[in-house]
Amino acid sequence: MITVEHLTKRYGSFTAVDDLSFTIGEGHVYGFLGPNGAGKSTTMNMMTGCLSATEGHVKIDGFDIFEEPMEARRRIGYLPEQPPLYLGETPEEYLRFVGEAKGLRGGELETQIDEVIEVTRLEPMRHRVIRALSKGYRQRVGIAQALLGNPEVVILDEPTVGLDPIQILEIRELIRSLGERHTVILSSHILSEVQAMCDRILIIAHGRLIAFDTPENLEKLLTTPGELILVADLPEERFRAILAEVPGVTDVACTADGSRLTGTVRAEGEDLYALSRAVFLAFAAAGEPLLEMRVKKADLEEIFLELTEADPISIEERRQEA
Amino acid sequence: MSAVFRHELRGYFHSLTAYVFGAFLLLVVGFGSMLYNLNAAVSNFEYVLSYSLLVFVVIVPVLTMRVLAEERRQRTDQLLYSLPITTVQVITGKYLALLVLYLIPLAIISVYPLIFARFGEVYLPTSYGSIFAFFLLGAALLAVGMFLSSLTENQGLAAGLGIAVILFNYYSVPLSEYVSSTAVGSMLALLAAVLALAAVIWVLTRSENLAFGTALVLILGLIAVSFLDPTALEGLLPEVMTALSLFERFTPFVSGVFDLTSVVCYLTVIGVFLFLSAQSMEKRRYN
Repeated sequence: MITVEHLTKRYGSFTAVDDLSFTIGEGHVYGFLGPNGAGKSTTMNMMTGCLSATEGHVKIDGFDIFEEPMEARRRIGYLPEQPPLYLGETPEEYLRFVGEAKGLRGGELETQIDEVIEVTRLEPMRHRVIRALSKGYRQRVGIAQALLGNPEVVILDEPTVGLDPIQILEIRELIRSLGERHTVILSSHILSEVQAMCDRILIIAHGRLIAFDTPENLEKLLTTPGELILVADLPEERFRAILAEVPGVTDVACTADGSRLTGTVRAEGEDLYALSRAVFLAFAAAGEPLLEMRVKKADLEEIFLELTEADPISIEERRQEA
Repeated sequence: MSAVFRHELRGYFHSLTAYVFGAFLLLVVGFGSMLYNLNAAVSNFEYVLSYSLLVFVVIVPVLTMRVLAEERRQRTDQLLYSLPITTVQVITGKYLALLVLYLIPLAIISVYPLIFARFGEVYLPTSYGSIFAFFLLGAALLAVGMFLSSLTENQGLAAGLGIAVILFNYYSVPLSEYVSSTAVGSMLALLAAVLALAAVIWVLTRSENLAFGTALVLILGLIAVSFLDPTALEGLLPEVMTALSLFERFTPFVSGVFDLTSVVCYLTVIGVFLFLSAQSMEKRRYN
C-alpha cells in the first residue's frame, strides 16, 4: 500500500528525517511513536506531499507522491497536527469545499458528506460555525475532512493532542473503527495511546526508524526478560541461601526494611512462571513462608524509553540476537 | 480549481469584504460622476474613471491582503497542499474569484455611460474602452496584491506592502521628473533595484548563493555597461519609472486610443504575478 524508501529531509546541516524505509500493508492501524522532535510530523508531511524530501521516495498504491502527486494524493486523507479548518464556516460548508476539491460532485458529494458526518458524529454541530466548536469537535471535523473521497489511506498527525480524557476515548474508538475500512496511520508521543489503538508500531527517534513490529513482538524484543519480586521476613543470608538452590537464578538483589526483605530475582530463560514455581517450592522445602511473590514483566513504556535513548546500532544487534 | 473558486466566492459574500469593496468602488466612481458628469455637465465618462484611479490604492490591498497570507496563518495551506489540486489551480481559482468580485461593481458602473447617453451626447466607444482598461488595470493590480499576500503570513504587512507598491506605481510618473536623470543617479538607482531583487530572491528561495550570485552578475553587468557606454545610463531612471507605471498605461484610453500595447502589458503583468504567486506557494513545500 505505502512504500517509503530512503526518505531523508535535511534542513541545512540538521537532519530531521534520516534514511527512513518501511512498507505499510493494507488495513490495520499503524502508529508512529517517538519523542517530540523525532521527525514524525516531518515524515507525515512528506508522505502526504505537503513537504518535499531531500532524498528518497514515497509510493502510495504504486504512485509516487512527488512524481504523480495528483494520483497519489487522491488516495490519502490527511489531518495535520493543527486541523486546517476555515473557522468562519460551518462543518457542512467546510466539508463541501474539501469534497469538491477531491473531485466529488452532486449526489455523490452529498452522500459522502452525510456519511463522514455520521461516522464522526458531527450531526449536532453540522450547522454551527467551526470557530464556536470545542477542540474535540474541531478534531472530528478534521478527521471527517480526511475521510472524504473514501481514501485508502488515512494519515492523522497526533489526533488526540489537547483533548480531554473523554474526547480522547471517543477519538480512539473512532480511529479503531476506521481501521476496519482504511489503512490508518497515526502519530503520537504517548505510548499507551499507540498501544491502545495500533496493530503495528513504528518507533522513530532522531529521524530514524528503530523498530517496526506488533506491540507483542516489541515486548519480546526486550533483552531484560522480566523479574520476580519476593517479600519475606528473613535475614539476607538465609534468603540468598534458599535461592542458591533454585536452578537458573542469575541475579538476586535485596533491600531490607527492618526484618522485612524484598528481593528482586532474575533468571535465565524467558519463562518467568517456571521460575516462580521453582522458587515457591524451594521456599516451601526450606519451611520459610513467602509473604508476597509477583512477576514483573517489562512494559512497552520501558521498551520505548530504552529504544529511543539507545543508539540504533545496538538495537540492531539486539534484534539479531533475538 | 472550480472548488477553490466557489469556496473563495462564498467566503467573500459570507463576510463583509465583498460588500465593502463594491460599495467603496461604487461610492468613489459615483461621486466622480456626480462632480464631472452631473455638476460640471461634462459628457466624458472616462474622466471620471481617470480621477477614480487612486481608489485602487485602498481597495486592492484590502481585497488581496488575506487571500494567501490568511491561509498560511491559519495553517489551512496544509490542507491545500494535501488535496489533489495543483498550486496553479489554487492560485487561478482564487484569482478568478477576485475578478468576479471586482466585475460586479464594474458591471453596475458600465451602465452609467448608457444612462448619461440618454440625456446628452456621450462618445460611448471611449467610455467603454476606458472601462475595459479600468478593469484590466485593476486586474493587474489584484495579481500584484495577491503575490504580495503570498510573501507573508501577516495580513497587515501584506496590505502595507500593497498600499506602498500601488501608491509608488501611481506616483511614479510625476516622481520620475524629480529623480536624477544623470548616469550616476541611474546607476545608483539600478544598484538599489538589484539589491532589492536579490532580497526578494533570498526571501523566496532562502538561498544565499543564488541571491548573492544574481546580485553579483547584475552589478558586474551594470559596471561593464557604464564603462563601455557611459551615456547609455543617462536618463534611464526616469524612463524606467515611466515605463513601469501601470497607471500611465491607462491614459491613452482616456484620450480615446485603444492602446493594444497597454492591453498586452496588463495581461503580461497578470500572467507574471500569478506565476510568481504559484511559485511562492509551491516553494513553501520545499523549505
